[in-house]
Amino acid sequence: MKTPFLHSVASIVRKDLLVELRSRELITSMALFALLSILIFSFALELDRIAREEAIAGVLWVTVVFASVLGLNRSMAMERDQGNLDAMLLAPIDRSAIFAGKLAGNLVFSLVVGLALLPLMTVLYNRSLLEGWLLVVLLLGATGFSTVGTLLATMTVQTRARESLLPIVMLPIALPVLLAAVRASTSILTGSPFEDWIAWPQILLVLDVIYLVLCFLLFEFVIEE
Amino acid sequence: MSAANQISASVRPVDVAVETRPLPRLLAGLTVVTILGVIAGLYMALVYAGTDIDQGDVQRLFYIHMPAFFGAFLAFGATVIGGIMYLRTRHEKWDVLAVSGVEIGMAFAIINLVTGSIWARPIWNTWWTWDPRLTSEAIMVLTYAAYMMLRNGIENPEQRRRFSAVYGILAFVTVIVTLVIIRIRPDTIHPAVIGASPQNAQGTFELQATPGVSAALGVNMLVWGLLLPVTLLWYRIRLENFALHVDALKARLLER
Amino acid sequence: MTAPDAIIQTHALVKAFGLQPVLRRLDLSINRGDYVALLSPNGGGKSTLLRLLAGLSKPTSGRITVGGWELPAEAAAVRAQIGMVSHKVLLYENLSARENLRFFARLYNLPRAEAEARIETLLKRVGLARRQHDLVRTYSRGMQQRLSIARALLHDPHVLLFDEPYTGLDQDASRALDELLAEAHDEGHTIVMATHDLNRAATLASRVVILARGAVGFDRPSAELTPASLAAAYSEVTGMVTAR
Repeated sequence: MKTPFLHSVASIVRKDLLVELRSRELITSMALFALLSILIFSFALELDRIAREEAIAGVLWVTVVFASVLGLNRSMAMERDQGNLDAMLLAPIDRSAIFAGKLAGNLVFSLVVGLALLPLMTVLYNRSLLEGWLLVVLLLGATGFSTVGTLLATMTVQTRARESLLPIVMLPIALPVLLAAVRASTSILTGSPFEDWIAWPQILLVLDVIYLVLCFLLFEFVIEE
Repeated sequence: MSAANQISASVRPVDVAVETRPLPRLLAGLTVVTILGVIAGLYMALVYAGTDIDQGDVQRLFYIHMPAFFGAFLAFGATVIGGIMYLRTRHEKWDVLAVSGVEIGMAFAIINLVTGSIWARPIWNTWWTWDPRLTSEAIMVLTYAAYMMLRNGIENPEQRRRFSAVYGILAFVTVIVTLVIIRIRPDTIHPAVIGASPQNAQGTFELQATPGVSAALGVNMLVWGLLLPVTLLWYRIRLENFALHVDALKARLLER
Repeated sequence: MTAPDAIIQTHALVKAFGLQPVLRRLDLSINRGDYVALLSPNGGGKSTLLRLLAGLSKPTSGRITVGGWELPAEAAAVRAQIGMVSHKVLLYENLSARENLRFFARLYNLPRAEAEARIETLLKRVGLARRQHDLVRTYSRGMQQRLSIARALLHDPHVLLFDEPYTGLDQDASRALDELLAEAHDEGHTIVMATHDLNRAATLASRVVILARGAVGFDRPSAELTPASLAAAYSEVTGMVTAR
């Protein structure tokens, strides 16, 4: 009677990607924002070579997170405005499948922006960002804040304040993730010894697991009256 | 009208009315004990315990600093319990517990931050530093400030309680992070109180000193970590219940 | 209490939002094949009742069964036999009609070949076959609402719930909707429609239910009613002059 979990998740992700392919609303606004942010940082900070190595990870993460906030708002507003969230809730699928589907879509968009920034910043800041471990940290960090972001955006699009509320409620919860991600990235980029920073990706992994479990459990309560 | 009353009764939680009665005996007793406890704790901290040889009198702040964090921990823990129970039972008394926990917890967290800051000025030579533990505690306070923002941003009372419960549970992660971060990140300069401090901790809180020190800490832990938050929570819950009671009376009046 | 033909039953159903009870011990039984028009003043609980029946909202207390399945415990089973159309269209603007239907067919786990055939017939039936590859945001309000009905019919549900489906439709579009509803009813679907249109309620539906003060205030087969007698009954039951 019930539609299988993975089948529903895949359908939702496919739908989100198809909508994006048609409208390009999300990626366009996220990418444009990210570009502006990188440019603003580069002249606001007036970085010399050493300061750049220290600050570049921070610039990367702040940009990715704020671009994701934009994307999350759009992605959930799309479900809310025409009542589509209700349409999905009407279907005989698990509530957690809706969460998993939306999370996967949001994660893909955040990662696309993050991955696009790496070569771009490599050129603009003259410091190679294309390192294996940085990709791992990017994946772990993006998973963490996309998870809390998907849950909290589902909540905030249902409130009166909508778009403006998401960064306020999401950033403090996502900050431990961000903190660990920035520390890890900075250490990787300044070439610190492996033992000094490996704890940070480990913390990221633990935080990701905690947030994933909590958000999966709590999602049901943000969508049902 | 009688049918309407029947429904109102089944919808209105009965115990809201209970809490609006005059001060319960137990609470009155608890209040007296807490006040005495605060006085005794201050006496132990300021007079009874010996002066720290390295740090001098400023070390006495520690007797309130650390217990206040546990007071915050207890109050935020109450928010988690309130949240979980609210989502299970949808009974608004649990939401009252949750919001009370946030406000009381914020107060204790701020006491913890301020005393720590005053201590750090002479010992670390700065009011504030972006050390992992300090940073994570600042994040924690911001998270609960966001909780209040979220609450105020939702008009539908049922939705407000439900979303607050979810957020209150999620927010506790930042409390846990603050608590455990010095165990997993050795580069903090914040000293650990229980067990060995990180090697680069500057200024100790360790209890190698006289029995007076542990006695003073014990009493203050009991007062700031348990008695005071519980008493304040109870008063805050009563206050919220009074407010809800007034709302209910208003609603009943409008129904006529 | 259990009528043999009842497909929807509520017993002592209460739904409260905070302090305000919207439904107060509502008892209602709807038979297979009924076409029920649900009337109430705004905020009178008709939308709330439909959301409860669809499993989108959980009752404060009381029982609901749909097709013998209990809500909210057996929600997945109930959902599979319910289709809902609301005044919001519940469609993705940036997908074409066919893509929208394909997505929902997947959520209802319809086998691919069967889904494609069903989408084909439904698109023809709601008159959108020619524009099926255009994005939904280019559609008129009436076309969107017709597509929304196709979406609700996709998995051939026993029960169709309509929440003010005529909102924002012009006369032609409303008439087209009348026909689609009548057709669905003839096919044997049970229909519950929340509306404030007394004329439609009296002429199209087979039964009229008026909610007042959170309970059933009036319940009559529409064969016994004329628009005028319904209007009189409505203002008597609800204390309001019109259904608005």
